[in-house]
Amino acid sequence: MMLLQPSMDPNRKRAKSVDRVDSVDSGSESFESTRKCGFPDEVLERVLSLIDSHKDRSSVSLVCKDWYNAERWSRRDVFIGNCYSVSPEIVAARFPRVRSVTLKGKPRFSDFNLVPEDWGADVHPWLSVFSTAYPFLEELRLKRMAVTDESLEFLATNFHGFKALSLLSCDGFSTDGLKAIATHCKNLTELDIQENGIDDLGGHWLSCFPESLTSLEVLNFASLNSEVSFDALEKLVSRCKSLRVLKVNRNVSLDQLQKLLLHCPLLMELGTGTFMQELISGPVTEFKTMFSNCKNLVTLSGLWDATPLYLPVIYPACASLTFLNLSYATLRSDELANLLAHCKSLRRLWLLDTVGDKGLEAVGSCCPLLEELRVFPADPFDQEIFLGVTESGFVSVSHGCPKLRYVLYFCRQMTNAAVATIARNCPDFTHFRLCIMNPGQPDYLTKEPMDDAFGSVVKTCTKLQRLAISGLLTDRTFEYIGKYAKNLETLSVAFAGSSDLGMESVLKGCMKLRKLEIRDCPFGNAALLSGLTKYESMRSLWMSACNVTMNGCRALAKEKPRLNVEVMRDEEGSDDSQAHKVYVYRSVAGPRRDAPPFVLTL
Amino acid sequence: MDQKRSTLDLFNTDLATELRLGLPGTTDDKPEIIKTASLSGNKRSSSEMGSSTCTDENQSRFSPPTKEQVVGWPPVRSYRKNILQAKKPESETGSGMYVKVSMDGAPYLRKLDLKVYKCYEELMEGLQEMFKCIIGLYSEREGYNGSQHVPTYEDKDGDWMLVGDVPWEMFISSCKRLRIMKSCEARGLSA
Repeated sequence: MMLLQPSMDPNRKRAKSVDRVDSVDSGSESFESTRKCGFPDEVLERVLSLIDSHKDRSSVSLVCKDWYNAERWSRRDVFIGNCYSVSPEIVAARFPRVRSVTLKGKPRFSDFNLVPEDWGADVHPWLSVFSTAYPFLEELRLKRMAVTDESLEFLATNFHGFKALSLLSCDGFSTDGLKAIATHCKNLTELDIQENGIDDLGGHWLSCFPESLTSLEVLNFASLNSEVSFDALEKLVSRCKSLRVLKVNRNVSLDQLQKLLLHCPLLMELGTGTFMQELISGPVTEFKTMFSNCKNLVTLSGLWDATPLYLPVIYPACASLTFLNLSYATLRSDELANLLAHCKSLRRLWLLDTVGDKGLEAVGSCCPLLEELRVFPADPFDQEIFLGVTESGFVSVSHGCPKLRYVLYFCRQMTNAAVATIARNCPDFTHFRLCIMNPGQPDYLTKEPMDDAFGSVVKTCTKLQRLAISGLLTDRTFEYIGKYAKNLETLSVAFAGSSDLGMESVLKGCMKLRKLEIRDCPFGNAALLSGLTKYESMRSLWMSACNVTMNGCRALAKEKPRLNVEVMRDEEGSDDSQAHKVYVYRSVAGPRRDAPPFVLTL
Repeated sequence: MDQKRSTLDLFNTDLATELRLGLPGTTDDKPEIIKTASLSGNKRSSSEMGSSTCTDENQSRFSPPTKEQVVGWPPVRSYRKNILQAKKPESETGSGMYVKVSMDGAPYLRKLDLKVYKCYEELMEGLQEMFKCIIGLYSEREGYNGSQHVPTYEDKDGDWMLVGDVPWEMFISSCKRLRIMKSCEARGLSA
């Protein structure tokens, strides 16, 4: 946990943490050490360099000045959960020898179009500072950042030892940016492009990898639509002998995949292309041996358009799979059941709700080691809906998979009793995300609110870190959460609650709360202000379409100068005093200087 | 034969014929289709013809009260949303592609929406279910040899062609109508 105030009496109790990156300017003499450490610096640094966990490193740096310095010199990996909580200059000043940076930008609700374009989180200012501070930067992992082709070109040409790039949920760039990376990064080991708002101008970028590049270990372009040159891809895969992760896009056919697999027997993670061939192509027998050489495969994804004809091709690889991502394959229950019969070692499973409750019964009976289940909706927005999965499927899984700790479940009906059963069967939940798709829908049998459902989850699952709630919910849900969810760090709320009391209960009771995101709830200024003393110990708070007004936000901003209180004006701009979207976060970098006109920092 | 058996075993399906006296399309029961033995190595397994149903078994066609689309709800990422939109058959978003289907010996025609199917095997399932018939195996060399019924279609030029000869996309863009012929009459159509 980091210090906020630069000068502090070491005898005074330290303030609660801010973010994982310290605010303290490393140049200044920040505090006296209470005791001189006996170890020479080199020894201390060597020991500390073995510590990977960010939390542990934070604690280490607070022990005394010597440890603080040893820690900062040995830090290789920096994680910044909110890019606006700190500035690149501060980071560079404190940690001189960083090789790997992880940066997260926009609030999570931007994934669902709740944050306008051009909101910010531009990676370029970071790259500019890093080009001088960390010329030997090797890894960059970005989530919800705004990235341009120019930035990617800058990255590729200014960091000569650059090895690993991962982009998830980012936007603003095109495949031209990938061309720059492929062309210039001579030591590239990882290119991981996932679910971004990328402008796909064609597959030529892949052909930009020079023939001299043999270092690739991870290549993921599953989410890109354009076809790449198969010849270039095959040559690339065959010369990169250390390739362990390969996720191709839908344009790669089954027989092309077969050829690729011949070149990378050490593969651990595979994302297939399309898993269907035209009727008139070769018979299934050709592909039967395709997976028999993949002894190291633990993760399988893709499987676009998989039909019962070709799915059995993967059976030889199933016994050792620990993660199976079927969330892009519209499988039905029997197809899934046949497949899962071969997958005894599964720990993580992602599905589409086309498998139905019957498919989930198969999960319960075939996968006793399952720890994570995600069921996505195939038709979330369709009016004429097909049923998908219900409470009964979830219950079946809970009976057969007592080790479940992570669930994301989209459904159209749920009952309190079912959730109580599920919690009883799986008391080890750390992540429980239930999305009843119709906002404000009650228990469909009793017509009661779903309060008791989440009550049973928080009471039974004491290790709960993340919770997403839905359905018809009164303040009682929040009282339960505040009372029992003592390990809760992240809470997502939508269309729930009856009064300010709801939000107040959570802010008062959840000691470890770090991220709170709320939309469309009747929480107003009193609720907002009840968290006055809490927000500095959290990463961020998001409130949209609630009852908070500009005055409430101004009051918060005034009381807490170290918080950035940002209000986004609604496009319709109806009532001036309603604060439509509020984003509050702690920062040692002060108010944003790059805020667009529609973001007002109070 | 061993190769064939093991391939079929993989699918773990059990197909059997069901004889009935009624006219095609007059009962509600789903037929079961037998695995026919293949005579040459090129013939494809008949299990591809019908081991799973076309319509999802959980499908319930009720219309909930229409509600406005709420922005950003349910919380599904744009990427996944776009993929799912692309996967949806066009008949749900736009007009269908209905073609008339006749079967030799049946007293009336049916209409079928080609857009609902993703590939030939699904179309075959649909046809077999609709007409309670068995269509059997397709091969490039021999067409539907060995089957009682052969699916044919009239293309844009007015020619009668064997279903399965051309790629799927080409087929659905050129198919004007379908006719399930008796195999004795279908000679001369296979390539």
